[in-house]
Amino acid sequence: MSGHGMNRRGFLKVIAGAAGALVVGIPLARAADDAPVPLDFLGDTLYGLGAYVRIDADGGVLIGARDPDTGTGVATALPRIIADELDADWSRVSVVGLGLGVADGNGEPDWIYGRQLGGTGGSIPAAWADLRQAGALARWLLLQAAAQQLGVPADGLRCANGQVIATDGRRLGYGALAAAAAKIAPPKTPVPVKTPDRYTLIGQPAGDVDARAIVAGQTPYTLDHHVGDAVVAVLAHCPWRDGQLKRIDTADTLAVKGVLKVVQLKPDPKRPPGQTPAAPAVAVIAETTWAALQGRRRLKLDWQPGASGTESSDALEQQATALLDGKTPPTARVRDDGDVDKAGKLAARRFEATYYQPWLAHATAETMGCLARVDKNHASLVVPTQAPQRAWAVVQALTGLKPGQIEIRVPRVGGGYGRRLDHDYVAEAVILAQAVDKPLRLMWTRDEDMAHDWYRPASAHRISAIIDRRRRVIAWDQRLASASALAGRGVPERELWTSELQADQLPAGLIPNYRSDWYALDTALPRGPHRGMPHLTNAFAAESFVDELAHLLREDPLDTRLRLLGEPRQLPLAGGGTLDIGRLRNVLSLVAERIGWKPNWLHSVNGLGIACWHVDGAYVAHAIETSLKGNTLGIVRAICAVDVGRVINPRGLEGQVAGATLDALGSALNLAVTFENGQPQQRDWKDYPLASMAQLPDAVEVITVPGDRDPTGASFLAMPTAAPALANAVFRVSAVRVRRLPLMKELLRLL
Amino acid sequence: MAQAQVHAPPQGADDTPPQPIRKGIDLLVNGENYRHTGDPDMPLLWYLRDVLKLDGTRYGGEHGEGGADLVLVDGKAHPAITLPMHALAGRQVTTVEGLALPDGSLHPLQQAFVDEDAIGCGYCTSGWLIASMALLKRRRNPTDDDIDTLPNLCRCGCQTRVRAAIKRAAKAMAKTQGGTA
Repeated sequence: MSGHGMNRRGFLKVIAGAAGALVVGIPLARAADDAPVPLDFLGDTLYGLGAYVRIDADGGVLIGARDPDTGTGVATALPRIIADELDADWSRVSVVGLGLGVADGNGEPDWIYGRQLGGTGGSIPAAWADLRQAGALARWLLLQAAAQQLGVPADGLRCANGQVIATDGRRLGYGALAAAAAKIAPPKTPVPVKTPDRYTLIGQPAGDVDARAIVAGQTPYTLDHHVGDAVVAVLAHCPWRDGQLKRIDTADTLAVKGVLKVVQLKPDPKRPPGQTPAAPAVAVIAETTWAALQGRRRLKLDWQPGASGTESSDALEQQATALLDGKTPPTARVRDDGDVDKAGKLAARRFEATYYQPWLAHATAETMGCLARVDKNHASLVVPTQAPQRAWAVVQALTGLKPGQIEIRVPRVGGGYGRRLDHDYVAEAVILAQAVDKPLRLMWTRDEDMAHDWYRPASAHRISAIIDRRRRVIAWDQRLASASALAGRGVPERELWTSELQADQLPAGLIPNYRSDWYALDTALPRGPHRGMPHLTNAFAAESFVDELAHLLREDPLDTRLRLLGEPRQLPLAGGGTLDIGRLRNVLSLVAERIGWKPNWLHSVNGLGIACWHVDGAYVAHAIETSLKGNTLGIVRAICAVDVGRVINPRGLEGQVAGATLDALGSALNLAVTFENGQPQQRDWKDYPLASMAQLPDAVEVITVPGDRDPTGASFLAMPTAAPALANAVFRVSAVRVRRLPLMKELLRLL
Repeated sequence: MAQAQVHAPPQGADDTPPQPIRKGIDLLVNGENYRHTGDPDMPLLWYLRDVLKLDGTRYGGEHGEGGADLVLVDGKAHPAITLPMHALAGRQVTTVEGLALPDGSLHPLQQAFVDEDAIGCGYCTSGWLIASMALLKRRRNPTDDDIDTLPNLCRCGCQTRVRAAIKRAAKAMAKTQGGTA
């Protein structure tokens, strides 16, 4: 069997695999003969790149999932995009996680699977753009093979459910055609993809492909992988990233049976955070997890704080308030429509409010960890990452190995939320594996995970509005003070605001005089990307404020919003694309209708709240009903409507929307990280209490707007509007306006 | 437990002298007998994961509040990290790997989790299953208030789907119990 060297020029690659299998992939980068392919896709001879589809002689279909699945459902959705294009029988499809696809392009990495990035909302749009071709080509090849066998022209044949069907009713299974299809030269131009009327899987609900294995406890996460001879490392990090070790006594640690070695780690000051150890640290390396943990407990360490050792979140908030109160020019003027100052002349009323939102941790279910084996010529890792290509860069920088010498496997990942876009834990595992020259399992304990996060920075928003005599909002002046999550990460000074707000966020474009300023806070406290940034904080401030304006105007807040939005129309966005007011109004109207807004918003015993937002071409609204009995707040109903364009997997989308709603509600209700002496005060679930079953609504009612536009991502789409809808509902039930999160603490203070 | 005087089988003349079988802690895990001969203070979690390689029970924190490491001990849910091995002599431990029916098919509760897609990232799904199983053992037909008592934490937001799965499982279990009664 041979892969015909053929397809080098072609748009896609075809490999004749073992035992008459057809393997199809997409060469998204330059060709290389030694390109790695996952074991499952191996044939007798390898030529192709970026294998995605394998059809075996028995009709079984194997599809590769390229993006890490951190609970976002992409391991199900992406293969279904390919399978639909292939007209595969889904019950015969198995999905395999691809791991990192990297080949050596003259010393530079060639990313052979294209984009590999999970949990940032981009997986589905990217897959829509390129992965359909893999399925389409495989289908085209099978059709040609069937045409040869049946002696009829290919255009008289159709495919369905894993079979090629002729007009006379003759059927050939894909398995029977695979060997012949693998010998056909693919076309030089892309094969046309299906028209939507022929979709069979896209738009149909499917459960998580890993569900059965997960409920049986059989899906391996990173530290569920076992390799012979592996040792375990646990860490004690310095409380301050900029601190240092003053004194260390390891005698008691080394006396623990099974403890092998104590190793010190230091971040490389020349590397940005997330690419080098999280902080100075002492690693205890042992034969077993239990020995390592006991050894860590017996370490005697004196850490000396660095400059950050005097910082506190309270002091930073004072710094923020002083900036918002003062006259200093902003760090960045993000948008300035019309003339806010002149609009003051037409003011009938003015209104101002300030909203404070806390630091947050990522609090992934699976703590940071990594399995690493590193020797002179090879590094092999299992990494719970959202961004395997970035993990690769960290490994490469530390080992100096060539692209083809670094293997990164990505199993299912226990939550990401942006934490796993950084790879400090990978750097640590690599350095430690080098130090012991053995396979090493690095496990962060919960207290380390909580105390050495790259936190979502706190924010203070001050919004001032001017309303004219005709009750129109004619000016919106928004000032935000926060510590950029991008600071110290190689991002130019003038772009540091981009992690904190968007120029196009609501109500930009809807109010003639609109100004948005950002004030940078000066701090060394650790921070980084977080799920839904920067939408969450900004939506909470803006959508709470709109509700406050409605109250000021003695108006139904739904009407205030609809008035602000205006007639359905397309507004150009500064960042490209358009804002479709019709679609935004639609999701808002859908949740209002479902919750019975018009009859109930003012008269219900319970409180109703509403909010809407747009994220990268997708639209979302929440309506929430709350009850208050004594000091107990109940979320009686939670309704979320989303418009993401075409829906790939309605069931997966519903899960994401419900899940993101609960995540956002739970965070808003309970969560805050506070710093004293430069250290986070939260170390455990007791201090950082994710919401309990009892606090959360019994159900989230999800409304999905059908659509035929190219699909957008939805991994965090349902987060921004949940908290403001909740706070607005709380106001209706309690008459208390919560302008500071976490909500429960503030509500109980104000009640 | 009886201390049987068992000796190693006869060996060659120059072999080491026969040794008595090592003492240890005998326990039942998923219906099978095991003897732990290591540190009696080691938490069950590390015995399951590092020794038995039963990896479905997962580390969530040092105090077990998150629920990722729940196991059934004599039918009740406990965080495995809070249980030292010495407390487990003669006890019956069931992990997620032991929930399936004897014929290997999924337990109705596991099937309900699949049917409701009650899975986020899946890391702590085992713990949700164990807590739900313990609840269903106490209450055949759990109310929403009963379900509210589950201790598990989840940032993926699978709670509403878990709730639906427990109710679905209760119905399915009532049916099979009705059928066999």
